[in-house]
Amino acid sequence: MRETRPLSKGVVWALLALAALVVAIALVLGARAAAGEEEPFGGTDAAVTEQIEEDGHEPWFEPIIAPAGGEIESGLFALQAGLGGIVLGYAFGVLRERRLRGDGDVDGAGDMDRDG
Amino acid sequence: MHIAEGFLPPVHAAAWTVVAAPFVVHGARAVVKVVREQPNARILLGAAGAFTFVMSAIKLPSVTGSSSHPTGTGLGAILFRPPVMALLGTIVLLFQALLLAHGGLTTLGANAIAMAVVGPWAGYGVYRLLAAAPLSVKVFCAMAVANLATYVTTSTQLALAFPEGGFLEAWGRFLGVFAVTQIPLAIVEGIIGVLVVNALLSWARPELRDLGVVGDPTTARTGEEAARA
Repeated sequence: MRETRPLSKGVVWALLALAALVVAIALVLGARAAAGEEEPFGGTDAAVTEQIEEDGHEPWFEPIIAPAGGEIESGLFALQAGLGGIVLGYAFGVLRERRLRGDGDVDGAGDMDRDG
Repeated sequence: MHIAEGFLPPVHAAAWTVVAAPFVVHGARAVVKVVREQPNARILLGAAGAFTFVMSAIKLPSVTGSSSHPTGTGLGAILFRPPVMALLGTIVLLFQALLLAHGGLTTLGANAIAMAVVGPWAGYGVYRLLAAAPLSVKVFCAMAVANLATYVTTSTQLALAFPEGGFLEAWGRFLGVFAVTQIPLAIVEGIIGVLVVNALLSWARPELRDLGVVGDPTTARTGEEAARA
């Protein structure tokens, strides 16, 4: 069962560094690729939509509610990430707390009440 | 990978909705089954849903000079099998369609097939194929493949709907926008997945054991080794 042992702290930090490195490389190469463009790092979804429209296709249905402006849209995206982050953090917090108390094999529900 | 509201021709939109519906219904049943039969795993189910919620909200820059987002669907597919993600992924897409005007109701079926069905199944397939590999390798590949497969599917759906210059040429063009952009994101998502599962190995070993993610109960050692590591 070698593979189910948690990774060592060094490996965890190395993986975090690797993820950051990949993003950094993407950012540098991407900035070069987007040089001179109107909006660098625009969304791929929008890029494809533009392509389809250039080919002469029009959307036949409009969003029921559209965010009034880019600022509100990015705020709503932040809200989505924030809500997800809260739930994720709560779940991991409950699990971690239970682990630290050393009663990992009992029903998690009791711990949730205690941590309320 | 969102196909914007109203962009798929009505016939395509309807067809993808019909294809997606049974997966989502089956997914809803799978979620109910997990909640009922594995009450201890509920907290992980919430975490898997929340993970997709967070990941699909984060737009990251990429090598092509555009931005795209991870999907986060591989985690739930590994922990709970893919049907669960058919519902959870669709809920995320519905939220984005209704509140963010990102994606759409007419394109919900097509988007759900890409992100909530094909992605999770592709990731899970790779996870099972690599059965003998170390857990971290399996998780990395599953998460990255779930992410990439989603974008390949979206490209395919668009090429089917808009085959300007022939299906293959259109497919290549859409893949050029989506798939290349997605490669570094898939790598990052794979790494994040490994870190999340690694944390769960320490914190949620009993649940992982119940779900069959780590070795069977008779051979696996207890959580003590996790505490020491």
